[in-house]
Amino acid sequence: MLKLIAATLGMAAVLPAMAHAECAEVSQGDLSISAAWSRATIGTARPAVFYVTIQNNGSTEDRLIGIETPVAGMPMLHETVLSDGVASMPHADQISIAAGETVSLAPGSYHGMLMDLNEALTEGESFPMTLQFQNAGTLTIDTDVVSIREREAPCAPAP
Amino acid sequence: MLKTIRVALWMTVPVALIGSSVMLWRADQHEQVAAFQPAFSLPDDSGAIRTAGEFEGKHLLVFFGFTNCPDICPTTMSEVAQVMEDLGPDADEVQPLFISVDPVRDRESGLSEYLAAFHPSILGLAGDEAATQAAVESFKVFYDQENDASQPGGYTMSHSSSLFLLGPRGDWLRQYTYGTPADDITADLKERL
Ligand SMILES: [Cu+2]
Repeated sequence: MLKLIAATLGMAAVLPAMAHAECAEVSQGDLSISAAWSRATIGTARPAVFYVTIQNNGSTEDRLIGIETPVAGMPMLHETVLSDGVASMPHADQISIAAGETVSLAPGSYHGMLMDLNEALTEGESFPMTLQFQNAGTLTIDTDVVSIREREAPCAPAP
Repeated sequence: MLKTIRVALWMTVPVALIGSSVMLWRADQHEQVAAFQPAFSLPDDSGAIRTAGEFEGKHLLVFFGFTNCPDICPTTMSEVAQVMEDLGPDADEVQPLFISVDPVRDRESGLSEYLAAFHPSILGLAGDEAATQAAVESFKVFYDQENDASQPGGYTMSHSSSLFLLGPRGDWLRQYTYGTPADDITADLKERL
């Protein structure tokens, strides 16, 4: 009985956390993508950002070669490069996902740069993002718009 | 005999004092060489010219960035916002500054509303080319415009990515490199305030 109570209490404590951590995940072929998020924007004058986690469960490398979304006219892949304390963000032609590896587009690393916004991104809303891979083809994931102050994925990728 | 020794010992005191004060003076000189006082004279969104001098008595937390930068600039501003919240009442003694390295575009889109979305205390400054260059040189930092078709408007800025801390008399104190957690910055500031 005590065990049952403890288990119930444990569940109760875990459930809200899990609800918060619930992440959309999309799989196709060897790839799973999850934890897609973006920061709210003020108007449409400045570019927005797109972050996501990509897991390659297969035995061959795949490459992210492009992104597309109805919210931006000019979405591109960029990589933030820090060299001797100086930051720049050159275009990334492609992002390699080695066999068995997980790669995150995350602050200070790769990001989707969403230019020519068609609409402002509002916290609490979401938008679709289509990722194009060399082998796996295209995968579309729902992207959560979170606070402009967010520094990391608001939900954890599925274990 | 004892008296002579005592006198001799007493005579060494001024010598020791002079010696140590020379050493202190030297250390002080050394500090003055190492320390420098960055200067800037740049307009805020209302057009009012702001200078380093008006913030005397406060610590300045300075970032050079641009608002068409959706990755490390908002990430750093979020860290600054977190620091300001965690400082509590001590936050009155710290002024965060965002100096635009893309001033024409940032003046057009406006800095205040953007920065207020992170924290109301962050002051945005965007001058003309010459004033921006002068501020950057004075801080001994770096920025450059790079033409790049994969960027909004066909160009982007590379820029120093650290946060710079100036003391209450305007002395350059240190930098916090990109990615320094807000907690570490807050702890360091609390020791200084
Ligand atoms: Cu970018």
